[in-house]
This record gives sequence, C-alpha cells and structure tokens, in this order.
Amino acid sequence: MIEKELLKINNLVTSFRINGKYYPAVDGVSLRVKENEVFAIVGESGCGKSALALSIMNLHNPAFTKIEGKIFFKGQDLLKLNLTELNKIRGRDIGMIFQDPLTALNPLMKIGAQIEESLTFHTNLSGKEKQRRAMELLEGVGIENPSLTYDQFPHELSGGMRQRAMISIALACKPSLVIADEPTTALDVTIQAQILDLLKKLQKEIKSGIILITHDLGVVAEMADRVAVMYAGQIVETADVHELFSNPLHPYTRSLMASMPSKASGDTQEDRLHVIQGMVPSLLLQKRDGCRFSPRIPWIASYYHEENPVYHEVRPGHHVLCTCFRHFHFKEERRKSRVIT
Amino acid sequence: MSLLEIKDLKVYYPIRGGILGRTIGYVKAVDGISFTIEEGETLGLVGESGSGKSTTGKAIIGLERITQGRILFAGENITKYVGKNHSPYRRGVQMIFQDVYSSLNPKKRVLDIVAEPLRNFETLTKAEERKRVDELLDIVGLSPETAIKYPHEFSGGQRQRIGIARAIALRPRLIIADEPVSALDLSVQAQVLNYMKDIQQHFKLAYLFISHDLGVVQHMCSNIAIMHRGRFVEQGNKEDIFNNPVHIYTKRLIAAIPDMDPSKREETQVFRDQVSLEYDRNFHKYYTAKNQVYDLKKLSDNHYVALP
Ligand SMILES: Nc1ncnc2c1ncn2[C@@H]1O[C@H](COP(=O)(O)OP(=O)(O)OP(=O)(O)O)[C@@H](O)[C@H]1O
Ligand SMILES: Nc1ncnc2c1ncn2[C@@H]1O[C@H](COP(=O)(O)OP(=O)(O)OP(=O)(O)O)[C@@H](O)[C@H]1O
Ligand code: SF4
Ligand SMILES: [Mg+2]
Ligand SMILES: [Mg+2]
Repeated sequence: MIEKELLKINNLVTSFRINGKYYPAVDGVSLRVKENEVFAIVGESGCGKSALALSIMNLHNPAFTKIEGKIFFKGQDLLKLNLTELNKIRGRDIGMIFQDPLTALNPLMKIGAQIEESLTFHTNLSGKEKQRRAMELLEGVGIENPSLTYDQFPHELSGGMRQRAMISIALACKPSLVIADEPTTALDVTIQAQILDLLKKLQKEIKSGIILITHDLGVVAEMADRVAVMYAGQIVETADVHELFSNPLHPYTRSLMASMPSKASGDTQEDRLHVIQGMVPSLLLQKRDGCRFSPRIPWIASYYHEENPVYHEVRPGHHVLCTCFRHFHFKEERRKSRVIT
Repeated sequence: MSLLEIKDLKVYYPIRGGILGRTIGYVKAVDGISFTIEEGETLGLVGESGSGKSTTGKAIIGLERITQGRILFAGENITKYVGKNHSPYRRGVQMIFQDVYSSLNPKKRVLDIVAEPLRNFETLTKAEERKRVDELLDIVGLSPETAIKYPHEFSGGQRQRIGIARAIALRPRLIIADEPVSALDLSVQAQVLNYMKDIQQHFKLAYLFISHDLGVVQHMCSNIAIMHRGRFVEQGNKEDIFNNPVHIYTKRLIAAIPDMDPSKREETQVFRDQVSLEYDRNFHKYYTAKNQVYDLKKLSDNHYVALP
C-alpha cells in the first residue's frame, strides 16, 4: 500500500526581526511527511524546532516574522491561505500539541469547556455527545478522575495534567496531521509511555501523520519512522529510524548519541559522557556560510568541510549535509578511524 | 558508621481550612523513610512528580521542618540544627538546586555568589577569597574572568556549574543534588554530570542524587531508592533495581524507559503491556487496604522491597 503524502515543506526559511534585521531560525528546511508516518525532529535547545512547527500552522507574529518557502498540506499551500481558511484547518485537520501548555490553554475556561469548544467548532455533535467525548479524551490521556478535571481550570492542575489536558484538546477532532512539540518532556516516564502509546493508537485508528519534536533520543527510537536531526536551523541528517540509530553519520548526530547516558555508561567511576565543545550560537552570532557545526569540531581540518554544504544521499533515503562526516572522528579517538565513502 | 543516616523520617504539611484557618488535615509528603549514605557514595532518589523527593532533600539540609524521625550525620544527631544556617553541620552538607535560572541571585556577581558560603563560615582576606573562588571556578571549568560577570551572561550548563562551585566551596562531604540536569540539553547535561563525577572523586563526596530521569540515575548512582507516596517501595543497587525489580511499581517504572534500539520496539511494547496488566491485576497485593506502601522487607543483603 502506498501511503499518501500529507505534508510537503520546500525550502522553508523562517526569520525573526531583531533590531530591524531579519535572522533565519529555520534556514532552508525541506521535508515530507506521509500518512501513517511518525516523523521525528531532534536537536538541542535553540536549533529551530519550535520555530519550524509554528511556521507550519502559521502561528508566528507576522509583525516580527518572515516566512519564505512552500508548505503544502494535502496539496494546499498553507502559506497562501487567509485566516478563515487557516482556522478551519487548525484543530480539525492539523492538531498541535504545544511545548508550553500554559500559553496554549485559556486560563479563564474550564478544561471540559475548552475541549468542547474545539468539538463545537469542527464537528456537529450534540451537547451530550460532546461531553461524553471530552470525558473519553481525558481518560484516554491518563487523567485519573476525568469528571473532576473536566470542571477544573488550568491553574488548578499540575504541570503533567495540564500537558495531558492540552493533548486531549489537540486530538479531539482526530486530526490527520498532529504536530507534537515536546509532548512528554515535562512528564514522568510512566506517563510518557502512556501518552506515546495514545499517539500510536490514534495513528493506527485514523492513519494520521505525526511530526514529533523532541530532544529525547529514546523517544525517537521508540516512536519514529523517519528522523531529521536539526542543528542551527538546518536539517543535518535525515534517515529511516533503524538506519539512523545503526549508522549515524553526521558529526552532530554522532556527538548527540555519545553524550546520552545509558545502561552501558556509568558502570565504572571513570566513565565520562561525551561533551560537545562550545555551544549552540544565538541567532545573531550564527555563522551562515560553510558548515555550521564546524566551530564545534575544530580538530577536523577545514578542508574536509564543504564551502557550500549540500546533502549527500549515502543510502536510499539517508541524507547527510556536507562531506565532513567522511572524515569525522571524536577528539579523543585517533585520527581517521574510519573513512566513509 | 555511615556518613548520613536517616531514621523513619516524616514531613507533613498542614492543610488549613475553614474561616479560622485551622489545620484540617496533612499532606504526608514524606511518610517514614530510612536510608544511609556512605562516604563517596551516590544514592539515587527516583520517583514520580509529587512523591516527596524534594521534600526529603530539603528536610535533610534543614529547609523543611521535620515532623518525626532522626537525621544522623557522621554519627551525630543533627536534627537540632535544622533551620540554623551557620551550624557546623551546614558546612558538611550542601545543595544543588533544580532550577538553574532562579537559584542564582541575578543581582550578584559570580564572585559574590561563589564566595557567599566562604563568607558565612570563614574569615578570609579579599585576596585569599579571590584565590579560593578562582580555584573553585577552575574546578568546574570556568575561567577566572567569570568571577566579575552576572548569572544572566551564562548558559544553563555554565550556571549549573556556578551552582556546583558554590556548593563545593566549603568542601562538603555530602551534596544533595535536586534534579541538577533536568533543565539542560543533552550535551550540556553530559558536561555537568562529568564535572559532578570528577569532583566526587577529587573530594570523596557523597551525593543524594534526585532525579526522575532513569537514564541519568543509571549513569550516576551505585544505589537507588524508588519513592512513591512519601515512602520507599524498593531500594537496592543499580543491578537489583534495573535488572531484578520486585515491586510492581518499580517494574512498571523500569518497563517505561524507552529502549534506544528501534528494532526492539515490538518486544518493548509486549513487555510493557504484560507489566501493565500485572500492575492492574496485582496492585492490591503491593499496597495496604488504604492504598499505602508497606514497610520495607529485606530481600537480600542490599535489596529491600515494600511487601506485606
Ligand atoms: N519570536 C522570536 N523572536 C526572536 N527570536 C526567536 C523567536 N522565537 C525563537 N527565536 C530564536 O530562534 C531560535 C530557534 O528557537 P526555537 O524556539 O525554534 O528552538 P527549539 O529548537 O524549539 O528549542 P527548545 O528545545 O528550547 O524548544 C533560537 O535562537 C531562539 O532564541
Ligand atoms: N510547602 C508545601 N506545602 C504544602 N504541600 C507541599 C509543600 N511542598 C510540597 N508539598 C506537597 O508535598 C508532596 C511532595 O512534594 P515534593 O515537592 O517533595 O515532590 P517531588 O517528588 O519533589 O516532585 P517533583 O518531581 O514534581 O519535583 C506533593 O504532594 C506536594 O504537593
Ligand atoms: S562536513 Fe559539513 S556538515 Fe559536516 S561538520 Fe563539516 S561543515 Fe558541518
Ligand atoms: Mg521548542
Ligand atoms: Mg522536586
């Protein structure tokens, strides 16, 4: 069975205005998400994940933001729609789980009413049916006492419960595309497992596509079909999840994986985690020519980097930005442990 | 003699109600826990949100009034010092806080932040103090120029390292680290964890390491206690807890850890469903009629489980 393409992003550039000048936080991102597919975007804080997610829903403040490129959802260019057209799609066809639940929830409205509002807007269920569906949704996200939470305001809930309430709103209309921006970051692992399970079920049921934004590689390994690794506004590597975990190539991907504490690490007192030298530069200081990751691996000779890095397809569907990955080795390793061709 | 010994610690918060604001009940945040930490050892304290981890840490450092129980530090009962900031006990035990953004005073220079405990406990000349601060900054990998800057000029990882420099200023023997890396990115987290291990070796430090991230706990801790509803459901070494969990709560927690190998996905799911079923079916066997956690029973030398 061939899965239909849900979302196609071509060369997206999202820039923020700072002191009168525009600086791209998303800088030339292209990706495709199919029906029934979990597309994960990983990367550290500040690399542009949320800026990308908010661009898809066109939720940035137009006074300070410039969005260029194309975003096709089921063939329709989202960037060309007016507000009424967009509002129809938001919530019904595309559900968004925001990173920060407090800003996404209405502080003056009870949780039950907020779920029902979305149902009113996008379905024609009766009042009774809406209430039943709201309870179902709250129970589905693992809220222990749905009828109590139904009547509570956001400030009366713990962080984890707020997150779950927001997820139930995002899923209320069974959207065909779900954008989940760090949906489980603030949650305990057992609740995280529960919520990821819920997303998987939803996906099976209505074949939604899911864009899963996270900095947790474990969540990626568990959920994703395809993965894009983001650094400084660009996708530096993209591959099928099995391929990415068994054969990570870009220096940034490999560094991230090495810095992750795991079962094997920490067995002896001497075990140290890998640390990536330097830090993610701010938008104003980001260099935009050449390889953006090169300042953080200064022991790799500059002639191994491309002047204008392009994607290299190393295996079908596995793309890596720049040629430096062929010569990369960790600083503590001896030079040239492997040359990848 | 253990470095730290906690005996039947309880911390209850009063719930006030009615027009007179009388106490109408208690939140039993910590409800009878006992444990020991040896010199140079790391005990991991793990549990879901609200299980009482921070309250435990704060009670030990004296920021929270103890309802019942005893705290022995190097054999001495220190319950009497609780709340007294300048006691000799407070020299030996320090805390690193979860929130790197609010735990450093934004109006103070790094020099003043790091020197604060020195000023409380020692009388140093300006030059001596500056020398000590520079040494401390060097230990956590920050340059001496750092001293005259303000917290907002640093990244999250750097701020957490400033917090560590302050915590080790008095050469404590125990540090309570409450979610020290939860707010940090993977590579920054790696940096802070590495420093914490280096310092531990250097000073023979013991940690009470509070976290809900089991990957981090696995990396840092030799012994682990699992907390639920203010009590310990299980306690043991890393091996016991991760490979041989006995309490249904621990089993479910361990089963929920994502596996880093995508090809094991199905396997993980099947296992998780199995554990979840067992959890629903046998819950009552692991909790009292009032849904409370039983007292710990000794299973083997080091492995304790809350069973009837
Ligand atoms: N509205 C804005 N105005 C100006 N700069 C912004 C704005 N929103 C984000 N940025 C900047 O754009 C960059 C990307 O931010 P973004 O929020 O997309 O990061 P992220 O990958 O989602 O990080 P995190 O994991 O912390 O959520 C950062 O440097 C950030 O400071
Ligand atoms: N000052 C307080 N007054 C009343 N109740 C409190 C107070 N501080 C904590 N509690 C309650 O005590 C219980 C334990 O809280 P604690 O902060 O110790 O949990 P925790 O395990 O650290 O959780 P988290 O992982 O969310 O930090 C919770 O039910 C909490 O609501
Ligand atoms: S080869 Fe290219 S992408 Fe890789 S580190 Fe060098 S500049 Fe960056
Ligand atoms: Mg974000
Ligand atoms: Mg806490």
